[in-house]
Amino acid sequence: MSEWPLWEVFVRPRRGLGHAHVGSLHAPDAEMALRNARDLYTRRQEGVSIWVVPAGSITASSPEEKDSFFDPAGDKVYRHPTFYTLPPEVDHL
Amino acid sequence: MEQQEQFDAVLAADERIEPRDWMPEKYRATLIRQIAQHAHSEIIGMQPEGAWLTKAPSLRRKAILLAKVQDEAGHGMYLYSAAETLGVDRSDLLDRLHTGAQKYSTIFNYPTLEWADVGVIGWLVDGAAIVNQVPLCRCSYGPYARAMIRICKEESFHQRQGFEMLLALRDGTDGQRAMLQDAVNRWWWPSLMMFGPPDGASANSSASMAWKIKRHSNDDLRQRFVDMTVPQADVLGVRLPDNDLRWNAERNSHDFGEIDWEEFARVVKGDGPCNTERIERRTAAHTEGEWVREAATAYARKQAAKVGAA
Repeated sequence: MSEWPLWEVFVRPRRGLGHAHVGSLHAPDAEMALRNARDLYTRRQEGVSIWVVPAGSITASSPEEKDSFFDPAGDKVYRHPTFYTLPPEVDHL
Repeated sequence: MEQQEQFDAVLAADERIEPRDWMPEKYRATLIRQIAQHAHSEIIGMQPEGAWLTKAPSLRRKAILLAKVQDEAGHGMYLYSAAETLGVDRSDLLDRLHTGAQKYSTIFNYPTLEWADVGVIGWLVDGAAIVNQVPLCRCSYGPYARAMIRICKEESFHQRQGFEMLLALRDGTDGQRAMLQDAVNRWWWPSLMMFGPPDGASANSSASMAWKIKRHSNDDLRQRFVDMTVPQADVLGVRLPDNDLRWNAERNSHDFGEIDWEEFARVVKGDGPCNTERIERRTAAHTEGEWVREAATAYARKQAAKVGAA
């Protein structure tokens, strides 16, 4: 079976929502991957749209550099609305 | 050691370990063993019920049973997918199932002799599986926990359809009631064995608890299952085949008889009623499917070449 590539499967649960990762499967090509994903991950109408992506095509950030990678956002509290103190009359802004 | 500290901190915070995180090799090996064994159980579990697909007494029961067996296949696939995130190859896991190097649950080595067995499997076997599996939805390894959430949602249908079928037998003829009782007699003890060896004798339990792979001990889960099942047996009007089964007001739980752990050990070792048949059937399905896999691969290659040429 492993001569077949691994595909990551993403399902859009309903219109208005984004595709979310649900798992993976092996298939010889994209079309079979899509059909198998339909049978495997939407047996109870869990989705209205499916993406299949070759697992090897995904570039991921590394957990080891998690700190240095996400650090730059850490000291920029002024990006959040709660950073700003406003008088009560306009605090709903 | 910094990596170990980070791993410990994630566990202590009750957060999840994800595939590319550093993890102790023993944690990885334990998960691979457990998830693979779980996946194998789902795949082999298709057989005892699959045997009744062509003999179901009505189209309704047949459609339900077919959906259930398809779910078992799906559960196996979710779990193989989770196992592969730990760096193992799915075909290696299947090989290890076929050669007996990896095990599956002993429960599937018992035969389904009568139609009532299918309902009793839904009630007792899937009922026990649910008690085992619900805590796994909070397992410390993210992909396994997520697979278990999907599985538990679907498992509820399995148990309810089984119980509904048994209600029909309860309300049927004397012969149907006798068939129901006979199936309960045969499946009760093997169902209790599904929780694994007693706490004192369970080789892998304490490490798994510390790693938050397991959340409750085998004996705790078994007790929970017994307490849950006794009133359900009353609804069905069946007797659970245990003379020592009685309510203990002091413990606020049921006492029950000694499980035959020698039988359990025999079935684990391969000497159950159906071990050989299950693996032969599974291996044959794999071997006989070889040409389908080859054809699909050849077709994919051809299509890719066409696109390349155009």
